[in-house]
Amino acid sequence: MWQWLKRLYHRLGSPKWFYEISARWIPWLVVLSAVGAVTGIVWGLAYAPADYLQGNSFRIIYIHVPAAILAQSAYMMMAVAGAIYLIWRMKMAAWVAKCIAPIGASFCLIALLTGAIWGKPTWGTWWVWDARLTSMLMLLFLYFGVMALQQAMESEDSSFRAGAILALVGVVNIPIIKYSVEWWNTLHQPATLKLTEKPSMDPAMLWPLLIMIVTTYAFFALLVILRTRNEILWHERKRQWVRELLEK
Amino acid sequence: MSLVTATIRRDLLLAARNPGEWANPLMFFLMVAALFPLAVDPDPSFLEKIAGGVIWVAALLATLLSLDGLYRPDVEDGSLEQWLASGESLYGLALGKALVHWCISGLPLTLMSPLLGLMLSLPDEAYAALVLSLLIGTPVLSLLGAVGAALTAGVRGGGLLLSLLILPLYIPVLIFAASAVYHAGIGMTYNGQLAMLGAMLALAMALTPFAAAAALKINLLR
Repeated sequence: MWQWLKRLYHRLGSPKWFYEISARWIPWLVVLSAVGAVTGIVWGLAYAPADYLQGNSFRIIYIHVPAAILAQSAYMMMAVAGAIYLIWRMKMAAWVAKCIAPIGASFCLIALLTGAIWGKPTWGTWWVWDARLTSMLMLLFLYFGVMALQQAMESEDSSFRAGAILALVGVVNIPIIKYSVEWWNTLHQPATLKLTEKPSMDPAMLWPLLIMIVTTYAFFALLVILRTRNEILWHERKRQWVRELLEK
Repeated sequence: MSLVTATIRRDLLLAARNPGEWANPLMFFLMVAALFPLAVDPDPSFLEKIAGGVIWVAALLATLLSLDGLYRPDVEDGSLEQWLASGESLYGLALGKALVHWCISGLPLTLMSPLLGLMLSLPDEAYAALVLSLLIGTPVLSLLGAVGAALTAGVRGGGLLLSLLILPLYIPVLIFAASAVYHAGIGMTYNGQLAMLGAMLALAMALTPFAAAAALKINLLR
């Protein structure tokens, strides 16, 4: 297992290998995202029972929760990729981190917007300065900071490294977001899903949510791969293999 | 004398001979705080509610203002390269620089804050909380800010970028500090908030110099 991981890691460092192998993953990810999105959304919006308290307005959870989860895990992935770049100077990691940043920021924005839309009917307000909301807003600002820094310097290498350091410093925010609903008495409801406990949702509502979460991850992976492939082509444009590929 | 103490001495001496460096942010602190009663409502019963928060926001902005020049001169005149060549740890330099920054920005702000409290009719019970929260909180601002200053030292016009990077990281400090002052003002205990600030200070003191040191190295690779 360890040996296999090590081999995979070394291979991932090769842009050419990644470019070729990822072409095989794309169709699967497209199918998974499309089928998952259709199933999850139709099931969630049309067939899942309405909430006894919130009625139909709770259905936005099928967008809100996956987006919020993704915004946080994307940040962690960006930070890990940044750390790999700082420590082992793997170019691929820097490109992946650069590609993740805007996608993660978009998911963060989606989570905040759907949260606001959900908040209006249930809390009676678009926005409150609640711990969960504020820490998510901080996450969005951190994404913006990393993106700004990634293109701030003359040398691309320095920019990526500076962005990676900021991303690593900002990781402090992730546990704050996670535990904000437990540490403070907030308006935002506690986590719906926990790995260690039985979910607080009825299975009829839970299944579409799980499908949507998996779908969102697949969609995210698809976006990152597509963008990373562009990045690879651009950076390796003077290499022989890219020239041969483009001439074909 | 070690290189760290020598640098601290040099920077303090530079600040002493160039008073604008530390006096201008102080003036800024004073003026920003004066804007709020003019713009919002000069009624003392209203001001006493927002005084703590306003003073803290002003302190935060004043800190940001003085951060930009923390490493830039050293990067430009090559002192930083000399430092690296000397083989001394960058961790020590980063910690020393943050200390100097606090001495010329956080400490004067803390000493001047009671005056602002007076201007904004801060409740009598809240003065101790204001000074204590600034005393514990402003070093955190300096330490976190030093990371941002190190990251942007080589960027042209990095001042605005620095604010964008660092402000989100300042939010937790602001929340706990302003809440300490507010709770003191309405006669409640504020030990919990001060303890949280203390924890942040301990964490920042131990970890941020690593990040600042790593960021400084980037500036030398151009």
